[in-house]
Amino acid sequence: MALRLARPGSFLYVNFNRNETAAREALAKIRELGGDGELCRFDVADHHAVQEAVKRIIAERGHIDTLINNAGIWMGGLIVRIKESLWDQVIDTNLKGTFNCCQAVTRHMIRRCSGRIINVSSLIGEAGNAGDSVYAAAKGGIIGLTKSLARELGSRNICVNAVAPGLIETDMTAAFPADAKKDLEKEIPLGRLGSPEDVAGLVAFLASEAAAYITGQVIRVNGGLYM
Amino acid sequence: MALEAKVIEIIMEQLGVTREECVPEASFIDDLGADSLDIVELIMEMEENFSIQIADDELDKIRTIQDIIDFLKTKGVK
Repeated sequence: MALRLARPGSFLYVNFNRNETAAREALAKIRELGGDGELCRFDVADHHAVQEAVKRIIAERGHIDTLINNAGIWMGGLIVRIKESLWDQVIDTNLKGTFNCCQAVTRHMIRRCSGRIINVSSLIGEAGNAGDSVYAAAKGGIIGLTKSLARELGSRNICVNAVAPGLIETDMTAAFPADAKKDLEKEIPLGRLGSPEDVAGLVAFLASEAAAYITGQVIRVNGGLYM
Repeated sequence: MALEAKVIEIIMEQLGVTREECVPEASFIDDLGADSLDIVELIMEMEENFSIQIADDELDKIRTIQDIIDFLKTKGVK
């Protein structure tokens, strides 16, 4: 995701919570592309930690142009089997985490009368999926949050949008059995799973000048799987 | 600096209005062109400057410059 935003003059903070290796690789690639950046490590579900991290970033760089909320976990199960602790964990990271980060940057963006927030929702947040009720609730919640913030912050020239990816080639989908994957591909008009770059391209567009008049939208990047 | 002067300075800075406009009875929304977000920002600025907390239901009662000064006084700000 970060790679499509990297360009000479850009500075990206890559937050991670668990996978430091992946975060380091992303940062190395950002630098290859002429951008610069830094790693930071905080749990988006921790309200206080997010506030402190954002304060530090603003103190270091002076401003934040764009916030991308892509931290998320995918866990679930059929509703009769879901433990309360799992519900809390998914909602805390995926939904509250997005809220925490949005809240931490908005005051700063309001002052500057400028800013972009891009929240990563999901096809499942719109369409639902059996066995994914928790995840769907969180990702659907992100859509409501996005639209409300777009209304609250529009007068300050802050654009808030959500992207809703479909099935994307990630560690999660790599674990699917080959047969299941083939069946899924048949359901997708474009006949393949999406790549992380497909999503990153959309996010980079929403962060760019070209998207200055787009706010409160949920933009799907799913190969036509859900229309 | 007297409380009134400090408050007016913050209002001028936040809302981009002149000292002449900042009469005690001036309404933030009707006279000073503020919207609800401006008022929230203004209140947050007051909270920081005077190290106090203003609850949301208290916020609803603040409409004019005098309201804010009276409110700060009830909070013990001098």
